[in-house]
Amino acid sequence: MKVIRKQLAEGVYLTCLPARKFKTSLLSAQFVTPLTDKNAAVHALLPAVLRRGTMRFPDMGSLSVELDRLYGAEIDYTVRKKAESQCVGFVASFIDDAFVPGGEKLLEPVSDLLGELICAPATKNGRFLPEYVEGERTNLVDAIRGILNDKRDYADLRLLQEMCAGEPYGVSRFGDEKSAAKISPQRLYAAYTALIASARLELFYSGSAAPERVEGALLRAFSALPRENVRELAPAAFHPAREEARTVTDVMDVTQGKLGMGFTCGSRDFPALLLGNTLFGGSSNSKLFLNVREKLSLCYYASSMYHRQKGIITVSSGVEFENFQKAYDEIMLQLRAVQNGELEDWELEGARSTLLNAYASMGDSQARLENFYLGQAATGQSETPEELATDVRNTSAARIFEAMQTVTLDTVYFLKGKEAAE
Amino acid sequence: MRETFYERVGESVFRETLPNGLMVCVVPKPGYVKKYAFFATRYGGMDVRFQLNGKWLDTPAGIAHYLEHKMFDTKEGNALQELAKNGAEPNAFTSNAMTGYYFDSTDHFEENLKILLSFVSIPYFTDESVAKEQGIISQEIRMIEDNPDWQIYTRMMQALYQNHTGRISVAGSIESIREITAQTLYDCHKAFYTPSNMILTVVGDVDPVHMVDLARRILPREGGPVIPRDYGEEPAEVAQKETSREMEVSMPQFLTGYKCVPAKDGADWLRLAVTGDMACDLLLGESSPLYQRLYSQGLINGSFGGTFEMMPGMSYLYAGGDSNHARAVADAIQKEADRLVREGIDPDFFERTRRASFGDNLRGLNSFENIAVSLTEGYFHGYDPLTFPQIFDAVSQEDVVSFLRENITPDRAVLSQILPRT
Repeated sequence: MKVIRKQLAEGVYLTCLPARKFKTSLLSAQFVTPLTDKNAAVHALLPAVLRRGTMRFPDMGSLSVELDRLYGAEIDYTVRKKAESQCVGFVASFIDDAFVPGGEKLLEPVSDLLGELICAPATKNGRFLPEYVEGERTNLVDAIRGILNDKRDYADLRLLQEMCAGEPYGVSRFGDEKSAAKISPQRLYAAYTALIASARLELFYSGSAAPERVEGALLRAFSALPRENVRELAPAAFHPAREEARTVTDVMDVTQGKLGMGFTCGSRDFPALLLGNTLFGGSSNSKLFLNVREKLSLCYYASSMYHRQKGIITVSSGVEFENFQKAYDEIMLQLRAVQNGELEDWELEGARSTLLNAYASMGDSQARLENFYLGQAATGQSETPEELATDVRNTSAARIFEAMQTVTLDTVYFLKGKEAAE
Repeated sequence: MRETFYERVGESVFRETLPNGLMVCVVPKPGYVKKYAFFATRYGGMDVRFQLNGKWLDTPAGIAHYLEHKMFDTKEGNALQELAKNGAEPNAFTSNAMTGYYFDSTDHFEENLKILLSFVSIPYFTDESVAKEQGIISQEIRMIEDNPDWQIYTRMMQALYQNHTGRISVAGSIESIREITAQTLYDCHKAFYTPSNMILTVVGDVDPVHMVDLARRILPREGGPVIPRDYGEEPAEVAQKETSREMEVSMPQFLTGYKCVPAKDGADWLRLAVTGDMACDLLLGESSPLYQRLYSQGLINGSFGGTFEMMPGMSYLYAGGDSNHARAVADAIQKEADRLVREGIDPDFFERTRRASFGDNLRGLNSFENIAVSLTEGYFHGYDPLTFPQIFDAVSQEDVVSFLRENITPDRAVLSQILPRT
């Protein structure tokens, strides 16, 4: 797959992936900024307020009319966490030129809209409209509080908060409720001017248009973007290993308990840890799935995730309260099995081909491509999926076991029901 | 084999019915690396009462879903591991009216397809393996019971319908699944997993003739009889106007549902589906005057949305999200429907919505899973989903208004709420 990456202005980069096979084009504009306690909420609020209106389309009604006219083009605001960076901006999707009746071109008008959302928002007396700020602030507070509604996501977040307390990685992508609730229109506007002037802007396009046309459309759309003192991206710091594992328990009115476990990886052999994690709990053929779920019937889900930039692995599972200890013991047992190389040939082959399959098919999904390349840019990486696949292909079993032997327990999180706690 | 080219969406579909009654659909996707197979039976959570060998059988709620879990067991072990060796992670889902098994892979696609076809068509259960699954499915049920989205939807369905088996939760309950035995699973497999009740869809860069040959070689030579099913007599009246319960959530959530007149299989089905979708967008979609007004008043937030759904003998429109003003929003929806019926729909708005819906539906064709599920539903209900551009052209404002007049009335409405614990 051809990838064209080009600097368009100071701190502004375009990643372009020409492809003819999709029905749509995807265009994304993302500011990348350090994730901090102090600024997470205000940065999260920003794209939501910008999405309310521009000078030309001053409210959601007139914006919707324009998007409908552009054959149901979608522009969604996004707030994402990539390692210890926060990425905020917009992702647009619109139908490919080949399918537009009458040969109307959509890339240029959609690029213009993106540029306007960022550079020419609806303002009054040099400020955002107070009703937009208030409305979206309430929505942000509701969204932060709403993380609690899905207990699986909530438990995963709580584990990270506890494990990485004091590190940027422990901060939620939306920031915290308290900071969100007190954002004033002035503070938001100040954050806005600082962000658009000094944060890295990552632009991404996938679709059938020629790269020169994409570049031209975006240069025009973002010609008003101010650029001064653009900050370099800061790399994430690895999670420091804890001397002794810590246990945290929350109590809630739930019928199913959640068990989360966080591990620190001493090794920096990324492909080996990635494969090791896939063997451990990263697929439906992993040790955790086959043993905690299939063999012992303790749960419906038990999976693990490798956070490469932080050097940690987290495990997530939903179990009966009375089975916490059993599940915990089995998870530890399965980790030791991977560390000791107790596996059958097919398990290693399977883990390897699961990862290779994922890398090979990435080019078939515009959303996955956008998310992957944003992650790479935000963390200062430049490998393509093909290069990562080569690393995975070349990693020996011995390297995997060696890397996994450096994995140690750091934090345990329990979510218990009220009755079980009494 | 019959090839149909759909010019307006740029897709071809090859179709062939095998002598055993199996429908095979192949959608060639040159340029894609991934290949995707979807093998589905017209059998889901609602099919609990049916006739086998001249006798009516009543089976426990949740049996179709339980069967889906157990189909992965093979005489040699488990199909998951067999596919894992080739890097494919198969999965499956059970909905009210179908069960589908699928995988995607970049390598060894044919070998994987053979495995899929054989494990789904050859049951292998023992009393012991059936009993063991209870632990896993019980945890799945506990997990969804703690999920407010599931609670609010299920409670809405039970308020809308008095008898129709579509009101039953697909997974059943912890009590109902205890009654499931290996014998009942074999009976259900025999009745519904026969080629004449199934469809195989392959999407990707494959040779259609080859796919059909493969299915012909692997699957049984003969299909089974048509199985009469009983969904229960459903009166026009709703079961209950309102339902609510408290849960550990951050803010109140609501769904308001309307019990609509169901459609028969065939062209009527697609026409009603498109009319219902358009009606939903015009009434309360993001571009509608109602949405804009409620959003700027802070009565709804970005979580608000609505949809129109159909199942055999059922059709319903529902909308909702997080809100502190459920009743006011539900009332406003009814009033807006009344207004549209009284005053008609603004012609510009109607045309714009038609355009946007075309774009949305086209975007859906980026997803292999979506293509396969649409073709499957179309086959089960006797229509061709890829003719949607023609149906969108044919639906008139009068059609939408008469849909609203007939279906969006106070006597057909229910309100389901989840409230935070007090």
